[in-house]
Amino acid sequence: MAATQLLTVIEPDGGVNGHDVGMTNDELLHCYRTLLRTRAFDDTCMKLQRSGRIGFSIPNKGVEATQVGAASALQKTDWLFPSYRDFGMALYHGVPMADMLHNMFGNALDSAKGRQMPVHFSFVEPIKFVSISSPIGTHLPQAVGAAYAMKLRGEKTVAVTSFGDGGTSSLGFHSGLNFAAVWKSPVVFLCQNNQWAISCPSSGQTASESYAIKAKAYGMPGVLVDGNDVLAVRKAMLEAVDRARKGLGPTLIEAFTFRMAGHSTSDDPTRYVPKEQFAEWEKKDPVLRFEKFLAKKKLWNEDVRAKYTDEATAEIHLAVQLAEGTPRPGIETIFSDVYRDVPAHIRKQGEAAFDLAARKGDASAGDGKFPL
Amino acid sequence: MATLTLLQAVNDALKTAMRDDPSVVVFGEDVGPKGGVFLATEGLTKEFGANRCFDTPLSEDGIIGTGIGMALNGLKPVCEIQFQDFIFPAFDQIVSEAAKFRYRSGGQYTCPMVIRTPYGGGIRGGLYHSQSGEAYFCHTPGLKVVIPSTPHDAKGLLLASIDDPDPVLFLEPKALYRQVKGEVPEGKYKVDLSTLRTVREGRNVTVFCYGAMVPVCERAAVQAAEKGIETLIVDLRTLLPLDEEGVIEAAKQTGRVVVVHEAPRFCGFGGEISAIIAENAIEYMEAPIARVTGFDTPFPNTLEHHYMPDERRVLDAIEHVHNY
Repeated sequence: MAATQLLTVIEPDGGVNGHDVGMTNDELLHCYRTLLRTRAFDDTCMKLQRSGRIGFSIPNKGVEATQVGAASALQKTDWLFPSYRDFGMALYHGVPMADMLHNMFGNALDSAKGRQMPVHFSFVEPIKFVSISSPIGTHLPQAVGAAYAMKLRGEKTVAVTSFGDGGTSSLGFHSGLNFAAVWKSPVVFLCQNNQWAISCPSSGQTASESYAIKAKAYGMPGVLVDGNDVLAVRKAMLEAVDRARKGLGPTLIEAFTFRMAGHSTSDDPTRYVPKEQFAEWEKKDPVLRFEKFLAKKKLWNEDVRAKYTDEATAEIHLAVQLAEGTPRPGIETIFSDVYRDVPAHIRKQGEAAFDLAARKGDASAGDGKFPL
Repeated sequence: MATLTLLQAVNDALKTAMRDDPSVVVFGEDVGPKGGVFLATEGLTKEFGANRCFDTPLSEDGIIGTGIGMALNGLKPVCEIQFQDFIFPAFDQIVSEAAKFRYRSGGQYTCPMVIRTPYGGGIRGGLYHSQSGEAYFCHTPGLKVVIPSTPHDAKGLLLASIDDPDPVLFLEPKALYRQVKGEVPEGKYKVDLSTLRTVREGRNVTVFCYGAMVPVCERAAVQAAEKGIETLIVDLRTLLPLDEEGVIEAAKQTGRVVVVHEAPRFCGFGGEISAIIAENAIEYMEAPIARVTGFDTPFPNTLEHHYMPDERRVLDAIEHVHNY
């Protein structure tokens, strides 16, 4: 595996050229099902936002194979420090759609109690899916710290952190990779190079030959992998995770992919992405790619897709009903969880807010739209 | 009970915590075999091994970022930032990450960690080894900000900070590191966070101060007493969350208030103290509240003694509010 040459497993005809996939049929179908559920979730969230039912979302279309391939290499005891575009990683490991939608609606059952924007998930079960923040790259050194704790206690777990091409320019990329390599931390850095950091293309992000090659200067392996190929991402991740578990230190993986939509629901990619690029990558759709592979193994036909799509649609339909029907968090949640114990000054401010609401009525909620 | 300097008390606290709790780890630039540039971590690597007290690459963002990850995953990190002036690359990690994890995850993920850092002037450190940046951090919900002024408090507050379930910025007055000595109990004890310390009783003027300004105010109070002015001195010790009730009570006791800090005045912590008193006890005030602070300029090198509040300036303010 190399830092400048693209690792691919699934060939255009769906073959794998002798590659040992090492997954049962059930596992392969779980990957496929997760691809479809991720796409359905993404599609639903886009529609919910367009119809004004939620304020914001982050498109995932086109990048699902990277998420699913990466997640498939992890155990439930491993830790994920994800980015906001990692729906598939949560879904792969069994985070219920409803729990994700509670966050999208910012309702009383949201793990973040409606404090965060949509797509800023936080889950502790069934896998550590660490609370997401918006500033870019801050979670990289955090993953290294979590991994330090694993190593100190002699655990064989790993921390995986996922970020975009833009994230490679952040302070946290440098400190994260540097600390991890010096400490030989059990960490995998997964750069999902979707080629655009909002509107900034890779040519405006780096003069480096690839993102993966940056690993060399930090003293760790760098692997460039086809991000639209579930099995290639899985192969690279498995090797990196294995290295980490053996105490051999971190790896940087660059998954080369493309987001077939805007950065967010507030972004219009037609303003900066050339039409030809969309057309080119439409043909490389990761779901179609995986279907070809499954078909060759006689695990797929149109009926399989229809069955899983129907299942995903039904699942998300129920989850939306549940999340949309759940009330907003109470005003008291503004004042809790700042510290473990509520300090006097915050308690006083809360009481004043309740008192005002009692005397003058509730504050006006606004339309909740992200004004971009 | 041993007589220790403030620096030795910090070292004693770290050793006590590390003996008490195997999840406590200490790290930062040069804190390992060298024992830190001020020797606050001297002997820790030797006693507890290089897995629990170690040097890091030169990156404040990395130190705090990795510290957060350790805290999320069950360790008790005590990070050192060599000088508070160098903390700003980690500002994002402290303000937007450590301080917000509990809130943004609804309590699923928390950051019980301590960030120790020497702050303040008096060592001819110029612009970048002298700053008092507490106000930046006191504007951050989710963070605690603690500043000791005696060896006893340094150990007791640091042990309380290490035991705290939330992130604590522990600012050490470097000017006092070797300047003050005091009796320090052996073994583990805690000084509760968010409690004030009455340094000196007095019925005429109340002086609020913290950190390196406490001994300055004490000397000014001795001179004021010679002129017949009895000064009540309150060491705030924890700036966030502040014991506001205690501040209001102490202000009411004399009705004449001076607030002293080394940091610049504009938007400084003294402004908050003044506002709390104005909002809650203005009818008790016999004189306008006076602030004695650093100037609203960067911190100078050669002329630092003019910049830092001294007993001359504090005494002048005490006399002013007393005679108003």
